[in-house]
Amino acid sequence: MRRLAFVIPLVVFIALAIFLAVGLTRDPREVPSPFIGKPAPSFKLERLQEPTMAFGPAEMKGKVWMLNVWASWCVACREEHPVLVEFSKRNAVPIVGLNWKDTRESGLKWLDRFGNPYALSVFDGDGRVGIDYGVYGAPETFVIDRDGVIRYKQIGAITPEALDEKILPLLKSLGA
Amino acid sequence: MKRLAWTLLFAAGLAFGQASEIAHPDPAVEARLKALAEELRCLVCQNQTIADSNASLALDLRNEIREQVAQGKSDDEIRAYMVARYGDFVLYRPPWKSTTLLLWLGPFALLAVGAGVFAATVRRRKRESAGASESPAAERRTRAEVEALLED
Repeated sequence: MRRLAFVIPLVVFIALAIFLAVGLTRDPREVPSPFIGKPAPSFKLERLQEPTMAFGPAEMKGKVWMLNVWASWCVACREEHPVLVEFSKRNAVPIVGLNWKDTRESGLKWLDRFGNPYALSVFDGDGRVGIDYGVYGAPETFVIDRDGVIRYKQIGAITPEALDEKILPLLKSLGA
Repeated sequence: MKRLAWTLLFAAGLAFGQASEIAHPDPAVEARLKALAEELRCLVCQNQTIADSNASLALDLRNEIREQVAQGKSDDEIRAYMVARYGDFVLYRPPWKSTTLLLWLGPFALLAVGAGVFAATVRRRKRESAGASESPAAERRTRAEVEALLED
């Protein structure tokens, strides 16, 4: 009994240490999205390049596609951009850009300067559609399946590792 | 190191667009907005509420809530609107459900365990001290030892 009383605090301490150690490896910025497994919210927005034309997710029904939230003021988007440009050359899936809380002019200039990996971009100047998608920072990327259901959300830049380890296997399993 | 660099870049990318905030002319709307915003977490700067934060997204969300309050939506409807988009994490008061049971009951469970250990210890000590005084032989022996020591 005496020996047990000595062991208990040790066990409690080890359990606590394990919990804290696991906690350290997790990124508090990555808030789990409530949209995984839910239909992508619908919207109708003007396209960035052709303001007279609209686009909505309904047009992508039957296709696996990615919605990438970007802005010209976003530093991490610039880091991510070459990865997206490279990825778009494979023509694996169409990437739709959501130009979020930006101005049309700087958005267009940004694409001219750094290249355009997007099948098309839509313009969300007041960030309303961003809010509907639970966006809280750029870049964020959603992978949407043939039925229009969100299957994955990348919070922060798509790194080559994230692309190889998470996104590509997922796209493959979705039959893209 | 690389991970840190990405994190910093992402932090820099957290919404800082440009928008403005115009208070609603009706003070009742503003009061309800304030009460609601003080219970909602700003996801850009996670330890601030939407009411406190100057992040552009917090401002957008305040405008959105202000609009919904003015439209006559109930507090619950507005909270549901936020949770549908950002998850339970936006609520500073987590809801009562299976995944939050440990969060709500954990402290009380720990308290109960502590109280149990305390009660058991107290009872054991009491029994031990009672046992000691009830044994005159043992007491006599101790007394004898003490006296022996004093005489030395």
